[in-house]
Amino acid sequence: MSDSPRSGATPLLEMRGVNTHYGAVHILKDVELSIYPGELVCLLGGNASGKSTTLKTLLGMVTPTSGDVVLDGEVVNGQPTSYLVERGVTMVPENRRLFKRLSVKENLELGAYLRTDKDGIQRDLERIYGLFPRVYERLAQKSGTLSGGEQQMVAMGRALMSNPRVLLMDEPSMGLAPALVQTNFQLIQQIHEEGVAIFMVEQNANMALSIADRGWVLQTGRVVLDDTADALLANPELRASYLGEA
Amino acid sequence: MTDTTVLAPARGVLDQDWRKIVNYGLLLALAEVFIALANMPVGLDDFILIEPILSLGYVSLLWLPLLLGYSIGTEKVLEGVTSHAKGAREVVAGACVGLIGGGGVSGLVLLLDNFDLRDPLVNWSPQLLALLAFDNGVGYGVGVWLAIGGGLGLLGGSMHLIAPLARRVVSTMVLAVVGVAVLETILSDIAEDLFLEWLADWIYFIRGGVSLHGAATVAVVAGAYAVWGSKAVKGAKASYQALEGVERKQANKVSIAVVVAATILLPLVLGKITNELLANVGLFLLLALGLNIVIGLAGILDLGYVAFFAVGGYTTAILTSPNRGDSWPTWIPQVWWVVALMLVIVLAGLTGLFIGAPVIRMRGDYLAIVTLGFGEIIRLLFLSDWLGGFTGGAQGVTNVPGVQVFGLANVRGTDPRAVFYLVAFFCAIAIYVSWRLEKSRIGRAWMAVREDESVAEAMGINTVNVKLLAFVVGAVLASFSGAIFAAKVGSVFPTSFIILVSIVILIVVIVGGMGNIAGVVAGSVVLIGVLGGPKQPGLLQEFSEFKLLIYGALLVWMMLKRPEGLIPNVRRTRELHQDEFLQDAWLKGQIDEGDETGDGGEVAPA
Ligand SMILES: Nc1ncnc2c1ncn2[C@@H]1O[C@H](COP(=O)(O)OP(=O)(O)O)[C@@H](O)[C@H]1O
Ligand SMILES: [Mg+2]
Repeated sequence: MSDSPRSGATPLLEMRGVNTHYGAVHILKDVELSIYPGELVCLLGGNASGKSTTLKTLLGMVTPTSGDVVLDGEVVNGQPTSYLVERGVTMVPENRRLFKRLSVKENLELGAYLRTDKDGIQRDLERIYGLFPRVYERLAQKSGTLSGGEQQMVAMGRALMSNPRVLLMDEPSMGLAPALVQTNFQLIQQIHEEGVAIFMVEQNANMALSIADRGWVLQTGRVVLDDTADALLANPELRASYLGEA
Repeated sequence: MTDTTVLAPARGVLDQDWRKIVNYGLLLALAEVFIALANMPVGLDDFILIEPILSLGYVSLLWLPLLLGYSIGTEKVLEGVTSHAKGAREVVAGACVGLIGGGGVSGLVLLLDNFDLRDPLVNWSPQLLALLAFDNGVGYGVGVWLAIGGGLGLLGGSMHLIAPLARRVVSTMVLAVVGVAVLETILSDIAEDLFLEWLADWIYFIRGGVSLHGAATVAVVAGAYAVWGSKAVKGAKASYQALEGVERKQANKVSIAVVVAATILLPLVLGKITNELLANVGLFLLLALGLNIVIGLAGILDLGYVAFFAVGGYTTAILTSPNRGDSWPTWIPQVWWVVALMLVIVLAGLTGLFIGAPVIRMRGDYLAIVTLGFGEIIRLLFLSDWLGGFTGGAQGVTNVPGVQVFGLANVRGTDPRAVFYLVAFFCAIAIYVSWRLEKSRIGRAWMAVREDESVAEAMGINTVNVKLLAFVVGAVLASFSGAIFAAKVGSVFPTSFIILVSIVILIVVIVGGMGNIAGVVAGSVVLIGVLGGPKQPGLLQEFSEFKLLIYGALLVWMMLKRPEGLIPNVRRTRELHQDEFLQDAWLKGQIDEGDETGDGGEVAPA
């Protein structure tokens, strides 16, 4: 995983000196990060450090007060979320957040809300059935009645239905049983191997770094570490403060 | 209760949950006193149900001890928990509950006799005392109410002892007799129209109320239905559900054809009163269908929905009446209703945008309050000096002509049948539109927004536009209803568009079942047809004084016992009763440890 695609090419999605406020509260402070096509990268940070805000800013759900969000070299600040979704950016929200009273099938179809290519949608549905056979068995079931692991699959399936180039995942292992966390990371890797770039926000740093190419560490809205995953894993500072080792 | 559940032997008579009995009993006593002081017994005493023994006034006090006496003995049967056979214990529990309740009424009798609280309690009257004491002295009243309470509670409790079938027979009989008696006006009207006068004469006593032999006849027929008829109905339902694909579609087509034919043919044989009721039902159904899109599909809790009804009514009235406010320049012509309707659509849509745009970004509870305010603002604008010259102020707009249909008919209030057909036509359009929208991409988007707005946004749905669209569609449907209302009544006043209209429509939608078209239809028929609209009398005109009380009670009961509405749709039911379902599963040890149902959305920190 060290043959990083970072050399030369333009990043798919970038943040350049982004500041974000909720009202008067300054959340993100001069955040710089970049995601290259086909990469698997992760953003680490404690509670309320601004991880989810970073994702929402990337997807245009929150507008930066200064600095730029850049997609394929184009500044997309202030563009609606649909603009980014149409161009291949998609989010798997924190806690999966399925449309609970809608069926699994309806959830998947909503993932393809902006698409008009019927054949392509059908093809992607079948791709997801292949990836998650459990989901196929439960298409007609109301998604709120699925188990946690199954909900995670539907949430990933729903995101994949927009045929993304980059998947923003907000704490994919939160709320999952320990046994499922492992499987979940395998699924993420599997999706990654199909060529989708992944930007993953995690508190579970060890696990995330073990599959990622690169990582950033966020502390109260500021990027304090920016390095390859291997280097971060070896970083004594991080190990002490963040990976919970004395 | 499943047949396979093994029952433990009945528990001993004294092995009671006394605290629960006291709770139920006090609840009963409180409810009875409340009903009495809400003037139901006196107000409804002239409504004779069974001549000469029973008036609706007494029934208002008698049904509760029976019901609570029965329900104290019911327990929620969860699989995996031992449940006991029913026996004398349930009867005793029922009797105790009834006795406490009867004690409540007795206490009221004593208080009525000794104190005069007429000042805060307007219904604290000698008539009430006389009625509760059976014109026979206080001591007699106290004794009889204890006996009645205990007796009815005991009767209710002993319903547990008889077989389920017998229980169904008895309850069907009682409900049928009361129903036939209460619906006397309409039923005898219908009977007359169908040349069944002789039947009505047999069942009903001349001066109102069911005769004893009539009651017996009804009871026998109802009992027979409970034994055989309901089985046939169930069978038909099951075989319908077994149908697949094409056959099912055909069955659907047939039933739609039957409903359409009935809608067209029935008003021809029905009398004026009935058609008037149906027309009112239609007007409110149209409103409820619109609100169902806004609340049921898009999840926007709009409490000012009456505003769009008002816009439709006023626009139509002003454009078609010679008697509009005098600030209008004379060159604005009076136009045909259909032409006015075109403008009504445009104006209602614009009002929807105008009100919707500022409020649509608010969160649910704020939005509810603000829309409530807007609903009143629109009405006050029509009433104000500022617009009074155009809207007639408190005098309103009068002399609104009916709807001329190509010289074939003039649809107005004096011809309720024609009004019904007009309103049914628009309801049909509204139902079709709702149904198509629900299945469409935009319908999906509405549901997504209703379920989780920020995730819907993350899917690329423009939530603001989508919600505005729901608001506008709802506004236009409501304005249709307003346009027909103006032509039907022949006038519009600010008082026709009070907040209560919004509330009643909301109750219709909730009681019918949010997001469920068939349920909304059923809700309109039951609530508007039987109880009546905010100002429109229903079938039970005697109830109009208590209409709001009953609406409220019904709403609370529905939220507690049947949150999915009158006609549940399977999916909603499963979701709303999921807690029970999970409990069952948990008791069976079926939830695998570790893989908990992913429901963490509420507990997780941001
Ligand atoms: N919609 C909001 N309005 C105001 N403050 C918010 C909002 N969302 C998040 N915050 C605040 O911003 C900070 C960062 O939140 P978030 O990005 O969700 O952190 P993380 O995902 O790292 O836990 C927190 O202090 C949080 O309380
Ligand atoms: Mg977060």
